[in-house]
Amino acid sequence: MEDKRFTVLDLLNFDLKEHDALELRCICGRKGLGRLISSPDINRPGLALSGFFESFAYQRIQLIGRGEAAYLHLLASEGKEEGVSKIFSFPMPCFIFANGEPPAPMFAEAAEAADCPILLSDLSSTELSSRLMRVLTNVFAPKTSVHGVLVEVYGIGILLVGESGVGKSETALELIERGHRLVADDVVEIRCVSGNILMGSGANKVIGHHMEIRGLGIINVTHLFGVGAIRDKKQVQLICSLEEWDSNKVYDRIGTEEKTQDILGVHVPQLDIPVKPGRNIPIIVETAAMNERLKKMGYHSAKEFNQNILRWLESENARDVYFGRDDSI
Amino acid sequence: MVEKMTIIKNRAGIHARPAALIVQTAGKFKSKIYLQKDDDRINAKSIMGIITLGAGFQTEIKIITDGEDEVQAAEAIDRLFQNRFEEE
Repeated sequence: MEDKRFTVLDLLNFDLKEHDALELRCICGRKGLGRLISSPDINRPGLALSGFFESFAYQRIQLIGRGEAAYLHLLASEGKEEGVSKIFSFPMPCFIFANGEPPAPMFAEAAEAADCPILLSDLSSTELSSRLMRVLTNVFAPKTSVHGVLVEVYGIGILLVGESGVGKSETALELIERGHRLVADDVVEIRCVSGNILMGSGANKVIGHHMEIRGLGIINVTHLFGVGAIRDKKQVQLICSLEEWDSNKVYDRIGTEEKTQDILGVHVPQLDIPVKPGRNIPIIVETAAMNERLKKMGYHSAKEFNQNILRWLESENARDVYFGRDDSI
Repeated sequence: MVEKMTIIKNRAGIHARPAALIVQTAGKFKSKIYLQKDDDRINAKSIMGIITLGAGFQTEIKIITDGEDEVQAAEAIDRLFQNRFEEE
């Protein structure tokens, strides 16, 4: 997992749309745009502005709402500048002023002198706060890279893994042809959002949605199958591990064995699917997806099957007791 | 496990043709073969992975092999880099 260097400039340049947009612009302290943001949290520096610096979370982005802005104006009108300039002795990444209200000139000058960027947004502080948290949690989410193919089948995100040459890409190709969607081929980047959701996506936008098929080479799935056959990101909900049929291995014959694999701390259900010439793997993957959907709705087919058998055996036994049958069939 | 550092001598970096050469060579060996650039590690038997690495001229690459023929595999891949993928 790499340590991505996220700067204030990266935050400004973040391409977000509609209800995710931060609407940020830099109004001073541009020299400090290269400062690193190392924490996904936000701080409201009310106490620090009044001079109390104990436990001041200076490494976080500082958010200034209406209250703090009014306090700064008050300080400016009373001529109390040194209190304010003390805050700039801390290496904060940046200040963000919400509600579209620019800071008092003396504050802006102090920021410029300290090379601390001040960003302005028209959003209210509450809205800005929640959107910023979303963006930062995404940026700082733990991530890893997996060798496999991520497809979306009947709404379920399935990660196909296995040795090179076992047939992951070919299986994905048939699934696409049947109307399902390709998310990423070969290099799947997975990030853990909110501690229990794994979002998988392609590692590179430039070569995303291309697949390598032995015998054909590299094909562009978007051009061949259309925009309905691709997806940018999808939650990883099931792992199908394709492996060459091993006669010595015991495969789950009933379906009650719940095997899971740990990715970034999240347990994802896993199915081991044996591959042999002539076996139709795509239909097995499709059925696995439908079964997973059923399980999510609360119906566990294999368990119900077993319950029904037990009930049937019980009723057979009861009949033997009541009608005194000597031998069973 | 064998780890070997190498450097890209091709001016164009690793584009489709050198990537294909790496995959073809890697496919001949039984060992697992990985290429690592900084913190990104990819499976050298998949062409999309190698291209995603985005390795340009003079980038340092670590070759990692693990298996019964790991030494020969590492040598063969390194030779490809040294021979500039038969381009120059």
